[in-house]
Parts: sequence; structure tokens; C-alpha cells
Amino acid sequence: MKSPVRLERRLEQPKWLNWAIPVISLLGALAVGAIVLLLTGKNPIDVYQRIFERGFLSTRALTGTLRTATPFAFTGLCAAAAFRLGVINIGGEGQLYMGAIGASYVGLVMGNSYPVGIVIIAMVFAGMIFGGMYAGFVGLLRAQFNTNEIITSLMMNYIAGIVLNYLIFNSLSYWRDPRSAGFPSGKPLDKRAFWPSYEIGGVGISFGLILAAFVAIAVWVLYKRSRFGFEIGVIADSPRAARYIGIRTKTTIVVVTALSGALAGIGGASQVGDFTHYLDAKGLQLNSFGYTGIVVAALARLNPLGAIVVAILLGGLTNAGYSLQGPDFPSGLVGTLQGLILFTAVAGEILMKYRVKRNTAAKKATVAL
Amino acid sequence: MTNTIAVQMSGVVKRFPGVVANDGVEFELRRGEVHALLGENGAGKSTLSNILTGLYRPDEGTIELNGAPVSFSSPRDALNAGIGMVHQHFRLVETFSVAENVVLGNPDTAFLLDTAAINERVKELAARYDMAVDPEARIWQLSVGEQQRVEILKVLYRGAQVLILDEPTAVLTPIEADALFRTLRAMTAEGRTVIFISHKLDEVMAVSDRITVLRGGRTVGTVDTSTTNKRDLASMMVGRNVEFTRVQRKTPAQANDIVLHVENLGGHDDRGRDALHGITLTVGRGEIVGIAGVAGNGQRELAEVIAGMRHATTGSVSVEGKILQSGKARAAIAGGVAHVPEDRLHTGLAAGHSVEDNLALKSYRSSLLSRFGLLRRQAMRDGAVDLVERYDVKTPSTQTAVRLLSGGNVQKVLLAREFSTDPKVLIAASPTRGLDVGAIESVRERLVEAADSGLGVLLISEDLDEIMSLADRIAVIYEGRIVAVIPADKADRETIGLLMGGSHLEATS
Repeated sequence: MKSPVRLERRLEQPKWLNWAIPVISLLGALAVGAIVLLLTGKNPIDVYQRIFERGFLSTRALTGTLRTATPFAFTGLCAAAAFRLGVINIGGEGQLYMGAIGASYVGLVMGNSYPVGIVIIAMVFAGMIFGGMYAGFVGLLRAQFNTNEIITSLMMNYIAGIVLNYLIFNSLSYWRDPRSAGFPSGKPLDKRAFWPSYEIGGVGISFGLILAAFVAIAVWVLYKRSRFGFEIGVIADSPRAARYIGIRTKTTIVVVTALSGALAGIGGASQVGDFTHYLDAKGLQLNSFGYTGIVVAALARLNPLGAIVVAILLGGLTNAGYSLQGPDFPSGLVGTLQGLILFTAVAGEILMKYRVKRNTAAKKATVAL
Repeated sequence: MTNTIAVQMSGVVKRFPGVVANDGVEFELRRGEVHALLGENGAGKSTLSNILTGLYRPDEGTIELNGAPVSFSSPRDALNAGIGMVHQHFRLVETFSVAENVVLGNPDTAFLLDTAAINERVKELAARYDMAVDPEARIWQLSVGEQQRVEILKVLYRGAQVLILDEPTAVLTPIEADALFRTLRAMTAEGRTVIFISHKLDEVMAVSDRITVLRGGRTVGTVDTSTTNKRDLASMMVGRNVEFTRVQRKTPAQANDIVLHVENLGGHDDRGRDALHGITLTVGRGEIVGIAGVAGNGQRELAEVIAGMRHATTGSVSVEGKILQSGKARAAIAGGVAHVPEDRLHTGLAAGHSVEDNLALKSYRSSLLSRFGLLRRQAMRDGAVDLVERYDVKTPSTQTAVRLLSGGNVQKVLLAREFSTDPKVLIAASPTRGLDVGAIESVRERLVEAADSGLGVLLISEDLDEIMSLADRIAVIYEGRIVAVIPADKADRETIGLLMGGSHLEATS
């Protein structure tokens, strides 16, 4: 009955574990993935090699990878920002849709009458406000009525999807292109609402990804260096201590959840401004950017700077999945690997807090009883 | 019949790391009696009943049930042998009906419930012992008194002959308590036996046939209720002959120069019930006022209302004449209230945070430690290093998480921080509980130093010795009321023990 190993709480968490655990988690996921591949009659080494090539080994591959990584970075930051307070906001998906709706509206309204810089800034803020308010509602319910934010934020993802479909497919809304008679689609933005992209050594980098990097730094400073971040840490560690020193816990929960949603909202704005240049109701829902963000945050151990790195890593994986998809590369494989990564990343958290010991002493104790 | 022994416990010893909870307890239970188990918090009552109900195994000693030695390895064993416990905190499924709760966990219940038969059986049991409760009602619809009846029905349904009730009246209104006493009488009339755990002298005198008093894990004695009185019980409970010395003070207390004034204060507990009823008290400059009382009589609520963690429902708190905004911890901190809460590690400190962070927990918003919303880490570090040295905190570094420190050092971190905020009043709740002897000594020295330096100290403690040796005045709290305030040099343990047990002075003297 007794397990041969037992977990012993670590007294100190050595610094090297911070990067070792995610690396081990990733390798663990690949190892389990290899079993799945062997079972389906594929050579795992061959498959992984192709993923790596198509994800990272050419300028074209890298351009695609960074493009895919951009929304992952924002939704990863979204999840990390909320999880750090202990608010499990898994609504990054819906908050990203809302950001896209807000940004495309502003882009459509302002696109042909304001200077480029103003339009872009307005789109970013619109994305933040839409995503932030959408998440803020979840935070408000949690703070005021102690509802389970996992459930509310998840349900609101479906609502956001329905709103998207309504705007483009089921109504003659402002977002719908009246000229798209056959298959309804979003109204195209004016060129001035297109976000710039840059090229370094043949690799295209979107404005959104650069913005994500700056946002990650800002979030890092907020959590690690600011008074507000200090309070968030105290609430997460001990709600009673927070009450003891008079921190406004409810307000903080609402603000942080809204902030988290705002980050996903910029991701939505970036989809519109950087890539699609119209409100793409189908495309946004096809990719599960929000859910992948949870994997990003978990593997990055909720570190905002780490989230950028992990987003690029998973971006490569996903991007390779797109281009390799075919009879000898099942489309479900990338999703399977992402699921395994989340699984091993969460398991890795246990290794952060506990160390594995062989269960010899415990055996004796049982006999003594 | 009443003279046959139902339970005989002898030489029972139970040790926990660092404490001997039961140290050779002798306990004899006669069939058909109500036997009260009396003692202060920590006297060993709960440990003893947990041993009898199979939750703990004794390290030494024997238990005999109806003359035959028994050894229980689980509460189920004890219940099968006819010993059942009614816990102070109910273990009921709120959305289930009364009858469903009663049969829950009963191994004899068939896979499919015969609801009608169970309802009938429960109704019959309830009627027999004068406990009005509807078997089909849902638990959440019931009052606390009714829920307790369900707990009692649960153990009766399982056929318990010996019932242990752990402070059953703590949650009841006086009328409900009277009904409970009638039920207990009906049960003993049928030959069942009741162990009644309490620290309230009046009700012990009212309901029991015999009384066993525990103190410090030992049996002080067993007496017939008819031949004893409250005063004797009180002195058995708190001990008569303990020598204690009053701490010498460098500067005398100035009770007339009031720093903390609590006026007609009312407040709720966590469940929203009134826990404080019009508390009025003052603490002078350099004075230590002790709040004596059995735990759960409103001490925590009092401390939390003063510290702004809890709203006052009536009355006010003022420090040096300025009224503090109710329910605002930051206002209390700014007003000069330092607070050492009884739950040090999870209320007074953020246990997962470093010593440095915890030392800054009340001052991180000051201009010294943060600017433009950003923390000044270097200043925090310097401050922490300084406090760690001055208060002699033993820690590997200021970056070590507080939860890794020993109990005494945890308390040192907390005290260091509280004194660093330059307070005028210190509320200390059970500041030495759970500490080792050396740490207790150093904490007490700090409290006396604080008072010598002019702070008003409100010392809330269940340890009567601590209060008697440190306090200038002693206020006794009982059921959310201050029932007496006595100068320490005129106080004696007996009187305070009686007051803590809810008996008024005039009733006994």
C-alpha cells in the first residue's frame, strides 16, 4: 500500500529550480509525447526534429513563430497577472475577443481621420478597456459575492464567442462588412489603423510583440517593485494578514482581475491591428489563444518576463504544427503536446515546494504504530 | 444501578510534541450520571475525551468499559462500543434532511434508504428525549439549538450509552440550554451516561451529579455536586497555591492619564452574532490592563475591533482622545494602535514572506520605504537589518521566510515591527502562548519595557498567572461583557476564576 517515495516539504527553494523545473517539465512533456507518437507508429525523434526545423530554423519559420507568439504573450501575461493574486482567471480567451471588438471599433471609427500614432494608441487602449471591463466583472463577482472565478470566467468565454458571432454573422452590425455578401466578414480597417511591423535579419517582428515585451517589464516592475504588488503578494500569501494591515482586498481583486483582462485585451487589439486588419470572428475562435496563455503562464511559473520566452517557445511549436499538418502529422498532436506541457508544468510546481525522498523511514514508523 | 462503573480511565498519559496534554489522568464514570468535566483551556479536557472516543491513543494508562479493558483505534470503534461524542462544532451536511444526517455513516444502513422507517425512528427517539425536531427538515433551515439536537440524535441512533458533550451550551440561548438539560435528565433516567464538558460553573452546578476537575493535564479531584460549591470549584480549577511574583516596574502606571478609551463597544463575531456587549474600559499611560477570561468570550473580537479589523456595532474607540474610525485597520495603525494578534503567523505576519517584508508590513506605505508607488528596497533592507539586531531575532538572513523561524523568533519579528511603528497603545492577545520558557520571559520583558516607556498595554490572555504577574488592573470578560475590573494587588485567583466561570461576586461571597 505504501508508496515507495514520499514528498518532503522544501525549507528553502533554491534559485536554480526557477529555470530547472520548467526545463524538466518541458522535457517530461516531450517524453510522454514520444510515447503517444510511438503508439501511433511515428518516430518521435523524427517528428520533434521536424517541429524544431519548422518552428525555429529559418527566417520564414521564425517570422511565423513570432506572429503566433504575439497573442500567446498577452494571454500568458493575462493569466500570470491574475494567478499571482490567486485569482484563477481562465477567461483570457473571451477577454481577448472583447479586446479585438473594442480595438476594431476604434480602428474603424478613427482609421481614416486621425494620424497613425493616435489611432494605434487608441486601439491599444480600447482593447485594454474592453478586455479589462469584461474581466473586471468576473473580479467584481468574486470580490463581492465570492463566486468561483474559474467558472464565471470560463462561462464568459462562451458569451464573448457568441457576441463575436452575432456581430459578424447574425446582425448587420457596425463591424460587419456590408459588401461581404456571400460569406459575412468584418469590415476592413483603413491602412492608417494597421500596426507597423519591423524586420530584423529577415525575421518579421510585429509591433504587438514589442509592446508585449514592454508590458511584461511593466508587469514585472508592478509585481516585484511596487507597493501595489507588495499588497498583492500579501493577499495571496495570507488574506488575514492583509485584513490585519488594512489592505483593501476586494478592491485589489477587482483591479487585478481587470488588469489581467486588459492584458488579454491588448492581445485582441494586436490581432486586429497587427495581423488580420478586420474583426475575424472565426479566426479568433479557431486558435484558443486564451487557453494556451494558461499553459504559457504555468510554464513560466507566473513570471511575466518568462512568459515572453515561453510564448515564443509555444509559438514555435504551434506554428510548426500549422505547417506540418497532414496525413503524417495529425493536427491534434500540437494540442496534445500543449496539454502535456501544462500537466508537467503543474506537476513541476510540486517539485518546487517538495522534494522526493525514498520512503524507507516511513515504513519503519508504520510498523512501530 | 447508579453505582456500577461505566467507564474507568486510569493513569492516562498523552504527550504531544512539546506538551504533555494528559499527565496521569484518573477518571471514573458511573452509569446513569451526568458527570461534568471542568477545567480551564488547556487543562486536558478535550484530549481526554478524544482518547475516550478513539480519536487519540493514550501513550500510557488503561481504559475499562463496563469492567473490561478496551482499546479503540478509531471513533467508529468507540461508537460501536457505545461511546459517542457531540462536538462543539457540528458535523452535519447542511443540504441533507435531519433523518439523512442521522443515518449518515451508519454501517447498518441499507443501500437504498427506507426513508419512512428512518423518519419514524428518528421522530420516536426525538420524542422520547424531549427534543422537538422535524426529521424531514433540512439542516440549513434549523436553528443552532435544533442542529445540536440532530448531533445528539446521531449518536443515540447508533445506540450510544455514554454521550460526551463538548461545551454544548456555548452555542445555545438560555432557553435552549434549559431544554438540553431536560434532555440530558431524560437520558440518564434510562441508564445512559453523560459526560458534560464545560468551564461554566453555574451550569455545571445545575446539571451534573458529579464533577471531575482537571488542571494542567492532571486530575485535581472528583467531587459530588451536592457537597461542593462554586468557590471551591473555582479554586480547584485555577489552583490556589501557585506562587507568582508581581513584576517590578520602573515607572508607575498613570491610570488617570488615559491613552486608550473604549466606550460602550459592541461587535459581531465571524458568523454575525453579537460577541461584544457594551464594553467600556480604559488604559492609562504606562499601564498594563489584563483581560482575563476563558477563550471564546469575545477577546478576539475586542482586540480586532480596537485594531480596526472589525466594525464596531456600537460605541467607539479613542486613542489619546481622538476617536478612531471604526473598521479601518489603517486608521487604527495611524492612530497609534499596535496589535499582536493571537494568530501570529497568519494574521500578524505573512508567513510566506521574508523577515524583511514582514518588518515593513505596517510601514511600507511611508515615504521612508516607498516613493511614487514604488518600494525602496534598500531602505527596507537597512531597516530590517537594524530591527533584527535590536530585537535579537535569530534568522539566517532578512530574506528568510518567516514561516521557517522558531515560534519565539516569529514573535520577536512581530513585536519588533509593532514597536517600530511608534505606537501609543499595544493590544497583545495571548502573546506568549505556545512559546518556550525563554521566549516567554523575553516577550514579557518587552511588554513591561513598553509600559515603562509610556505605552498603554491591553494584555489579553487565558493564562491567569501571566495576567496576575504583569497587569496593573485586571478586567474579567465573560460572554462579551466586562464583568469586573479589579486592581491587581487586590485580586485573588479564586475570585477571578469565579468571574471567568460566569458567577457574580455577590452570589458567592
